[in-house]
Amino acid sequence: MMSVPTQVLQSEWTKIKSVRSTVWTLGLALVVTVALGALISALTKSQFDKLSMKEKITFDPTFTSFAGMGLGQLAMIVFGVLVVANEYSTGMIRTSLAAVPQRATFLFSKITIAALLALAVSMVTSFLSFFLGQAMLGEHKASISDPGVLRAVVGGGLYMTLISVFAMGVATMLRSPMLSLGILMPFFFLISNILGAVPATKKVAQYFPDQAGRKVMQVITGVGDDESPYGPWGGFTIMVLWVVAALLGGYAVLKERDA
Amino acid sequence: MIELQGLTKRYGDKLAVDGLTCTVRPGIVTGFLGPNGAGKSTTMRMMLDLDSPTAGTVLIDGRHYRQLKDPLKVVGALLDAKAMHGGRSAYNHLLCLAQSNGIPRARVAEVLDTVGLTAVAKKRSKGFSLGMGQRLGIAGALLGDPQILMFDEPVNGLDPEGIHWIRNLMKNLATQGRTVFVSSHLMSEMALTADHLVVIGQGHLLADTSMAEFIAQNSRSYVRLRSPEHERLLDVLSGAGFTAVTTGDGAVEVDGPEAARLGELAARHQLVLHELSPQRASLEEAFMRLTAESVEYHAHSAPVTGEPSGPPGAKGGWGADWQKKGS
Repeated sequence: MMSVPTQVLQSEWTKIKSVRSTVWTLGLALVVTVALGALISALTKSQFDKLSMKEKITFDPTFTSFAGMGLGQLAMIVFGVLVVANEYSTGMIRTSLAAVPQRATFLFSKITIAALLALAVSMVTSFLSFFLGQAMLGEHKASISDPGVLRAVVGGGLYMTLISVFAMGVATMLRSPMLSLGILMPFFFLISNILGAVPATKKVAQYFPDQAGRKVMQVITGVGDDESPYGPWGGFTIMVLWVVAALLGGYAVLKERDA
Repeated sequence: MIELQGLTKRYGDKLAVDGLTCTVRPGIVTGFLGPNGAGKSTTMRMMLDLDSPTAGTVLIDGRHYRQLKDPLKVVGALLDAKAMHGGRSAYNHLLCLAQSNGIPRARVAEVLDTVGLTAVAKKRSKGFSLGMGQRLGIAGALLGDPQILMFDEPVNGLDPEGIHWIRNLMKNLATQGRTVFVSSHLMSEMALTADHLVVIGQGHLLADTSMAEFIAQNSRSYVRLRSPEHERLLDVLSGAGFTAVTTGDGAVEVDGPEAARLGELAARHQLVLHELSPQRASLEEAFMRLTAESVEYHAHSAPVTGEPSGPPGAKGGWGADWQKKGS
């Protein structure tokens, strides 16, 4: 006889694969990230001679091939939000919690399944982006065996996964898909980048989940004015802490509030 | 068996459910009756541990809902028909519920067949009518073959055939020895299905009684007589020791006795009768009297007493008014 968590994992797997939004959000994340990364890599190659000396020295071919992630991560956020918040917007949550009244089992089974699926798609996306991007960069390309490159490519997959899991945590707290997307999309697409570019707010913005997490995808770091107080895995750890906080917050809300 | 002990739910200053104590027993259909906003749905959500009570407890066969392993095998519930993801097919909706409680896959096809949705099993439920959604919700409740079933307003939105089907289903489930707890705001509906009644109004328990007792206590049965010799009729009735009341339209009403006895009495006195009909005050009226003080949203224009018609079927059957309008 199966234990309760195994049963619930199986149930959540059925749930996630039986709705269309799963396919189109994850598919969009992959296509947008890979295609935009390849496009920007190709443009970079054609413009490479016009770059300044400093830009040429600090040129990071791996990170350049991940240029599509800024947009592709938005589709991962939509995936993360919909997986959780659709339970609330459709009323399914009452049926789900009547079937699995243990809140922790319910929430963490759901998030485990969604995170594993996101991880698989993110890793494929990251490796595809890298290899296609490098092919576009021609003679400026990096090799997967160069120091730090494999770490950055795996890191790219982990980054996209964690962004979606962060969205799941936030959606568990907010419950509404529109409210969750209305906060997360502008934040990660605009606000974080703007605050990260303005010198006055940069010191704070570098601890935002996306900016800290992005460090793990870079091979060439610590050059010029880019002086962050953490390394690739340090930044990644900061992002993990954000994700853990969002999940704990979500669990606290689920446990306390009426369904 | 379900036991509610001092169950209370407070939203801000408002008590939605106030110290509700009652027991829902197996083998019968227990009707949970109350006007809209009386706290029925809140109570049912607390029974499933969806909402946590401000005070009091609910015990399902002596245990808290959250302690149940595979709760769908113990309690099946239909709360609202649309508590499902519309993008998921009926089959997958039931499959994910079955898997979460270790119910074999074959059972999904079985319950789909029971509720008559086999033909649309692969269709996404967002295209379902309210009645089909209701049937899918009922399939979910039956999935774990539970001994306890709860239905919140199950006949809402169903067509007459569907209403008939669900009444029989509930009675059959109770006959099999299961606990059936069904909420409604319609007394007439409960009169047809429930064996026992729990009535609440504004969160208070107003009655916890068997249906037969409720009818005996609350529905006045009387005989209506009409005669061209009105005065002589009154004399004969009072001579025989009956208390007769003359109504506004010239008829006479006598509480208590059987119509046959009054007919025989009139015959012995060679009294012409134009009407001799047994009447029963509607349970709906009794229910409205009981809950009158606790109805939250009064329609101020309409008097609470309502029209003095009999129970459905007594006068030309339900729909008689509609037919009149239509013709």
